Amino acid sequence: MSLVARVLEDAGIPTVILGSAIDIVEHCGVPRFLFTDFPLGNPCGAPWDRDMQRAILGQALDLFEQADGPRTTVRAPFAWDGDRWRDQYMEIRPEDREELIRKGEENRKARAAKRSRQT
Amino acid sequence: MAEPIGYMARSRNYYAAQGFEKAYQWAHFDEVPFAPLAKPLADSRLGIVTTAATYARTTRDDRAVDSGSTIDPPERLFGDDLSWDKKATHLDDRESYLPLVQLEKAVVGGRIGSLSPRFYCAPTSYSQRETLTEDGPAILKLCREDEVDVAMLVPL
Repeated sequence: MSLVARVLEDAGIPTVILGSAIDIVEHCGVPRFLFTDFPLGNPCGAPWDRDMQRAILGQALDLFEQADGPRTTVRAPFAWDGDRWRDQYMEIRPEDREELIRKGEENRKARAAKRSRQT
Repeated sequence: MAEPIGYMARSRNYYAAQGFEKAYQWAHFDEVPFAPLAKPLADSRLGIVTTAATYARTTRDDRAVDSGSTIDPPERLFGDDLSWDKKATHLDDRESYLPLVQLEKAVVGGRIGSLSPRFYCAPTSYSQRETLTEDGPAILKLCREDEVDVAMLVPL
């Protein structure tokens, strides 16, 4: 999505990215970024929490006006309920290793099939 | 306050454990474009872009730029084929990743001028070249057709 932001900005359309993977977005470099430190999937706020979602969207809209140059990051002042997800995401437990290798083989086959469809 | 997850390192390790020998090279640029607001937000039309899909896609399906109606929007979108935290959360509440109700309220309240009649779906391609030369321009074309002034990009 950071790359889409580049295309739109180059064409004169200001963008705000609202997302949760701060290292990836900032590594790429984007004009305006509202960071929500949540598990990937719900960058606009916890499910069904309308007050939080309203506040986060408001901050994202504010960022269009507040940023005066590229690489402007603002952190939303909300926390996810609990921290267990931080260790769990893409966790590699010894008992998962065989399954991961199998998944990798499946992925490589899918990519090869996609490449052959494109050529 | 807890440190944010380092997703690049986390995914490097995860894919190495899957037997991928070459680590993914995340996009990086020294120069970042910046378009200033051309008119007040209250007079601007906002377009929203998501990485979620309008249909239940699998990892085997090809992905393409797509769009859906913001006037009569689908109740939910899909992302089973994408990397997000399926253990910690879910996509059952559309407003948690495509906040169309909140945006409509922002229009009614005068914070933004209008909402584009369509939302746009960006396929997250492995190929950065594909995103920059094909998918990005295709989304730009849709934004132009809908006279979008500013864009909010919401990756899952």
